[in-house]
Amino acid sequence: MKNQQQGRIARSIAERATTEPRWIRWGLIGVALAFLAVFVVLPLAVVFVAALQKGLYTYWESISDPMALAAIKLTFIAAGIAVPLNMVFGVAASWAIAKFDFPGKQVLTTLIDLPFSVSPVVSGLIFVLIFGLQGWFGPWLNDHDIKIIFAVPGIVLATIFVTFPFVARELIPLMQAQGTEEEEAALTLGAGGWQTFRRVTLPNIKWGLLYGVILCNARAMGEFGAVSVVSGHIRGLTNTMPLHIEILYNEYHSAAAFAVASLLALLALVTLALKSIVEWRVKQQLRGGRHTLVEEPTT
Amino acid sequence: MKIEVQNVTKRFGGFTALDNVNLEVQSGELLALLGPSGCGKTTLLRILSGLEFADSGQVLFDGEDATSQSVRARRVGFVFQHYALFRHMTVFENIAFGLRVRRTGRPSRVGIRSRVEELLKLVRLESLAQRYPAQLSGGQRQRVALARALAVEPRVLLLDEPFGALDAKVRQELRRWLRRLHDEVQITSVFVTHDQEEALEVADRVVVMNRGRVEQIGPPDQVYHHPATPFVCDFLGNVNLFECEIKNGRAFVGGVPFDLAESPPESTRTALVYVRPHQLDVLHDPVGPNNLPATIKLINPAGPQVKLELTTDWGQIIHADLSQERYRSLQLQPATRVFLATKEMKVFHAA
Amino acid sequence: MVAKTYAWRKWSVLPGFGLAMGYTLLYLSLIVLIPLAGTFLKAATLTWPDFWETITSARALASYRLTFGASFVAAGVNGIFGLIVAWVLVRYKFPGRRLVDALVDLPFALPTAVAGIALTTIYSPNGWVGKLVEPWGIKIAFTPLGITLALVFIGLPFVVRTVQPVLEDLEPEVEQVAASLGANRWQTFWRVIVPTLLPSVLTGFALSFARAVGEYGSVIFIAGNMPMKTEITPLLIIIKLEQYDYAGATALAVAMLVVSFGMLLFINLLQWWGTRRHVS
Repeated sequence: MKNQQQGRIARSIAERATTEPRWIRWGLIGVALAFLAVFVVLPLAVVFVAALQKGLYTYWESISDPMALAAIKLTFIAAGIAVPLNMVFGVAASWAIAKFDFPGKQVLTTLIDLPFSVSPVVSGLIFVLIFGLQGWFGPWLNDHDIKIIFAVPGIVLATIFVTFPFVARELIPLMQAQGTEEEEAALTLGAGGWQTFRRVTLPNIKWGLLYGVILCNARAMGEFGAVSVVSGHIRGLTNTMPLHIEILYNEYHSAAAFAVASLLALLALVTLALKSIVEWRVKQQLRGGRHTLVEEPTT
Repeated sequence: MKIEVQNVTKRFGGFTALDNVNLEVQSGELLALLGPSGCGKTTLLRILSGLEFADSGQVLFDGEDATSQSVRARRVGFVFQHYALFRHMTVFENIAFGLRVRRTGRPSRVGIRSRVEELLKLVRLESLAQRYPAQLSGGQRQRVALARALAVEPRVLLLDEPFGALDAKVRQELRRWLRRLHDEVQITSVFVTHDQEEALEVADRVVVMNRGRVEQIGPPDQVYHHPATPFVCDFLGNVNLFECEIKNGRAFVGGVPFDLAESPPESTRTALVYVRPHQLDVLHDPVGPNNLPATIKLINPAGPQVKLELTTDWGQIIHADLSQERYRSLQLQPATRVFLATKEMKVFHAA
Repeated sequence: MVAKTYAWRKWSVLPGFGLAMGYTLLYLSLIVLIPLAGTFLKAATLTWPDFWETITSARALASYRLTFGASFVAAGVNGIFGLIVAWVLVRYKFPGRRLVDALVDLPFALPTAVAGIALTTIYSPNGWVGKLVEPWGIKIAFTPLGITLALVFIGLPFVVRTVQPVLEDLEPEVEQVAASLGANRWQTFWRVIVPTLLPSVLTGFALSFARAVGEYGSVIFIAGNMPMKTEITPLLIIIKLEQYDYAGATALAVAMLVVSFGMLLFINLLQWWGTRRHVS
């Protein structure tokens, strides 16, 4: 009985040394929650409230309007092309960077991080400079009647640029943490390059890959600045959902704008949910598999 | 299969990992590469396997030049220090892997199954076939790694510090088990270790390496009792080294003459002599002129032998091991002055 | 036997390096290097005086002041509150913690245009928050204050997500040792914990800043876009594009790119400094 008491006292002394008094703790929690409520929850809430402010009928009308549908279709096309291409790139780049040693690796990783620090408007501009009428390839493209800027290909290109780091950035640290021993073991057992990749590497990175693809997709569908520059804002043809939202909002069709916006907000919530699940799986994979030691075995 | 290593050199940047190494692995033998960290033993093993390539020199498998052969073509079994088991596959799938990825001569499903079961019986893990590596203990994982390597019937088995990550007791059991396994399977094997006890207990021959060079090659009792260099002598078991003068075939250590176990070459004047702790005897009073005085500093009586630490008059620390009976009969106390005698002092050529 | 020397080197024994590296470099060239080269080359067609004049025009300077100023303040706010949020998430248990943790990433996941119109609606004079502060004469939307608040939203996850792993890795033993040596909680916090967290907080700040500087979608609606007053630099670039002043737009873009590269370098240095000090 006395030992229990002593244990409790000792523990609380240790705790007092390494935790804050209760009022500070709850004060900090309150500040953090208030901050997040104002800056995160509020904007999210207003999207849905404003979308439904004119009733369900207007909501439905706004998202089934032909222009809106065209915008949704274009958004899916752009993401549908950009994401797989970026996925292949991500896998190739992280294979090269994580499993091999070569000079200039740091330069390569910095290059991959580039789109994160470049303004979306500048990202769009650089493609206009290459493919636009006054750009490098402009006259050649014009002669061959190929439109890139102010057309769908330009939008796809801009989307690719802005989202290509996501998969690579996710896989590189994961593959680096997993090391090369399993692949070396596979080689000693007689497996070829593709066999090793398919049977050994891919299962180990599948959750990280999924995570990167989810983030890549969310960004691809939501990209605004870069796409705005290259698209020309041609209604029905070169408007993605974010651009369509902009047009609606600027024309004071606020409810309609928020209706379309709510679709993207839902996508964001789904993305967050998937992200949480996959994140947990990735952590498990790093630890060595779903199945961890339960009992104490003998030798 | 016989392996020959000829003049192999390997550098990593400015660091020389292997410096003109030559050795031969006899067919069917269990060879140990022994040495401290950084001596190049793992690099040599990886060069044998094809996971690293030498900067210069040759590796011959049964007389054929394998130096630039890929890992796959060499058909070597490799067991990694940290097992490198495929974490998302069961034990069964791990062992079956090498058989399943074969392009030519791939056995049928039934064939694969029977082979895997045979190996599971060999390593005594039949009941764990459906477990995942994370559910196994270190010793079990190592046995799976071994079974996996043997499944493809390699020409040679290479093991990189196979027991390095295990507890002392498990290590001992597994090293004996490895020896028995080798006797049963009769495959040429090379293993790397920094544990000299392990090398001496398990191997047919031991290669002692230091700083990228081979110091000595030979059967365990030869390298232990007849070390070729001071490094080998010091690395294998404890040893007391003395600098001394040689006069009339005797070594004068601190002025005390000792008979030498083997006669040194005629012209030797000064030399390094050595004697192992268990070869020293302790006396309360000198019985002759060839007893070295020393003071006892520490006594450690726990263990199969009693370990003594003594200091000579000139401050050198000496280790002596006595049997429990001898210790009890002497009734030694710390800080007493005693005398050391031995008949086993040996010399190196040149100090 | 004469020793043979091998002139070729293998990067590693694993296969596929050529293929992977080749595809990577090809992709990077097409998507990044060539367009970037084009940008710099186009900017080079401007004479230096013209270039300089464009990027230092009064309007451009006003936009820099606004863009960098607001980004700095926003990053600062995120630095402080982000640290608090990270601390609370890692150290304390409270109901709904997992949900809050997931929500922190919302600014990452939510498209910028959606954020933009949502924030404008909240802070405009008859919006939820705008209504509250109007009696005191405070205007948020269409002022630099609104821009700053939008940038706080955008940069929020950066500090939290950069500090969280470092906090998680912090061993409780270190704090226990400090306590056993006689430090009180505040001292332990200041002298032991803060120095360990400093590189990650700074990195988060820099990331938040870099993101805010280039931000377009979330800001463009709330900004008001009045030249010299509430015009951000990315908008200036778009305006020049719409006026077909490609050279001018490029000049500004190059100026922004130089800043971006500078920030990228700075962030890499910070992260390198962080890993040097942070022994895991």
